[in-house]
Amino acid sequence: MTSPAPAAPILQTSHLLGIEGLSSFEITALLDLADSYVALSRGREKKTSILKGRTLINLFFEASTRTQSSFELAGKRLGADVMNMSVKSSSVSKGETLIDTATTLNAMRPDILIVRHQDSGAAELLSRKVDCCVVNAGDGSHEHPTQALLDALTIRRRGRSFEGLVVAICGDVLHSRVARSNIHLLSKMGARVRLIAPRTLLPKDVDRFGVEIFHDMKKGLAGADIVMMLRLQLERMAGAFIPSTREYFRFYGLDREKLGYAKKGALVMHPGPMNRGVEIDSAVADDIEVSVIHEQVEMGVAIRMAVLDALARGLPAEGRNA
Amino acid sequence: MKRLAFRNARLIDPANGLDVRGGLLVENGRIADVGPRLFNDAEPRDPEVIDCRGLVLAPGLIDMRVLTGEPGSEHRETLESASKAAAAGGVTTMVVMPNTDPVIDEPALIDFIKRRADATATVHVLPMGALTKGLAGEVMTEIGMMMEAGAVAFGDGDRTIANTRVLRRALSYAATFGALVVGHAEDPELSLNASMTEGEFAMRLGIPAAPAMAETIIVERDIRLVEMTGVRYHFGQISCAASLEAVAAAKARGLPVTCGVSAHHLTLNELDVGPYLTFRKVKPPLRSEADREAMIEGVANGTIDVIVSSHDPQAADTKRLPFAEAAFGTVGLETLLSAALTLHHEHGIGLSRVLDTLTAAPARVLGVEAGTLKKGATADLVLLDPDEPFRIDPEKLHSRARNTPFEGRRFQGRAQKTFVAGACVFDRARP
Repeated sequence: MTSPAPAAPILQTSHLLGIEGLSSFEITALLDLADSYVALSRGREKKTSILKGRTLINLFFEASTRTQSSFELAGKRLGADVMNMSVKSSSVSKGETLIDTATTLNAMRPDILIVRHQDSGAAELLSRKVDCCVVNAGDGSHEHPTQALLDALTIRRRGRSFEGLVVAICGDVLHSRVARSNIHLLSKMGARVRLIAPRTLLPKDVDRFGVEIFHDMKKGLAGADIVMMLRLQLERMAGAFIPSTREYFRFYGLDREKLGYAKKGALVMHPGPMNRGVEIDSAVADDIEVSVIHEQVEMGVAIRMAVLDALARGLPAEGRNA
Repeated sequence: MKRLAFRNARLIDPANGLDVRGGLLVENGRIADVGPRLFNDAEPRDPEVIDCRGLVLAPGLIDMRVLTGEPGSEHRETLESASKAAAAGGVTTMVVMPNTDPVIDEPALIDFIKRRADATATVHVLPMGALTKGLAGEVMTEIGMMMEAGAVAFGDGDRTIANTRVLRRALSYAATFGALVVGHAEDPELSLNASMTEGEFAMRLGIPAAPAMAETIIVERDIRLVEMTGVRYHFGQISCAASLEAVAAAKARGLPVTCGVSAHHLTLNELDVGPYLTFRKVKPPLRSEADREAMIEGVANGTIDVIVSSHDPQAADTKRLPFAEAAFGTVGLETLLSAALTLHHEHGIGLSRVLDTLTAAPARVLGVEAGTLKKGATADLVLLDPDEPFRIDPEKLHSRARNTPFEGRRFQGRAQKTFVAGACVFDRARP
């Protein structure tokens, strides 16, 4: 399989900055395309030449092993040249601003810039200053669109339909871009989203997303089809939002007992990296009967291939000399 | 004797409740005569007669909240460049904030500001002194000596003094000298790292946010301290309905409390941040639409005394950053009048009431002789067309910085000519 799908346009925009701006049609088309890349990645020959000659730059201002390697692998499997830039080796640590860094890289004529940044809106800001495609690989507490897409792909491939699906998102919603992107995506696809967290880890007015709010795991998990755990983002916390990780685990950590409240056969998801014994018990995380955490990682590569492919379809076929 | 005559003007002098057709005569920089029949019939023979053709002649504006970059950040704004922006905006007196580098926290620095202003600025500059040394909120400044040097008010810029014991003593000491204290209300811990007002919109953008109540908590605390100390206290800018209620209650109890609001809090709300527009990142942050409406009502009913620009010039390098990292602040001197006039055009507030918040009221709060057209007053005047429609073009602003939140916005009404002590410092016909 060298050409998994006809090169029909999929995305309306030339950037992927968030799920909020996507339609359910675009989401479904991306998931369909990703399905074909799952198949490709499981084969003997994992590469195609769809992005041959294209240059991708991974620009990561925040350390991330899995997202960065996932994008790198996705780019390489599509035949693109991939360059990785992380903060420590760049001139950002010498005081260069985000925009200067981006415009400098832009001058090297990449086709797609993949950006991870600790500030909300950073990807949006860059997209206004460069003339290549920008993929948001996570900006502050705003969005992480490819994570939500890969979560959706994982759910769909497990045979679950989004319509009426009850998804409980548990934990540090306040700091979580994963939660925001998932809320947007799941709501667009017809799922019912619940948030479960102590009040200190829920942003004000989060109910305006049209989600149900719970502070008690037992009530929040009752009847849930999917249990999506969030990482407690201790590094983003200025001051204490919870008294201790011990107490957090007691009330909000997912263990066998709490999972028992959810619907029988409920799937457990986690965007990683996990804080074992803080938000999730190893007994649950490692139980392949319920945990799809490793599948999420596999789907991550496929969905990123789909996103890169979709964005590349909007690039001028003849390059910029035409 | 240098004379200048205005005829055929709509004279608006809120200090004296005057709103009539008439003329005004300036002699040696002072208002020599003013009245409905002045120069009505005969063309006076003075060398300079300005036919106002029915435009409004009002006292020059007094802006109580202007930050320049002088000293320390002259690339952002100098007293000279700020005064040009002021003149173009009809502002003839600006109170400059002490949060510069170095901080204006001793008599010699008050003197420096006054000398630099005399040498370079085209409008009156009134320095505000810091209330605590280095704005550190720990040790009070030499309030008495700084007053002697010419400080009109004292405050710690855009910082709130967190230590209530220090603040109580500083207010008590300031009251000894009858000094005016200008406070900034934003609980520093509650608003730590916050760039927006807490609520749905900040939540969607994922921007660290603080509740508007962070302001009201300090407003209520400071009102209690005014009650204890009797100091004349002015909230530099309030921005939410709950703070307004607190100020109204304090005024009803007869406390010497006044307050201001910025022009942008009257004309923009939190949604205007849109796709992370850093030019609309201000301190305190833009509030909800309900709060904005409350502020307009506060101006209409007189609870809010003055409208200020909260002019804070920022260079591109401090604004072209992700929202959370970008500097606070917006330029506003030149758009103050036009933005304030939206209250007249869009919300039916009388022209005289709007101009009162920009002229007589700030003069009264500051306790300075200005902001009036009465006979004998310094001839600080603005000739304005209250209805002229135009669009804000940042490139045409006179300020050294271009960080206006109003790019492309349509306004109605702006200054045509500005006079300081009888001398024309701005003429739109000859920019």
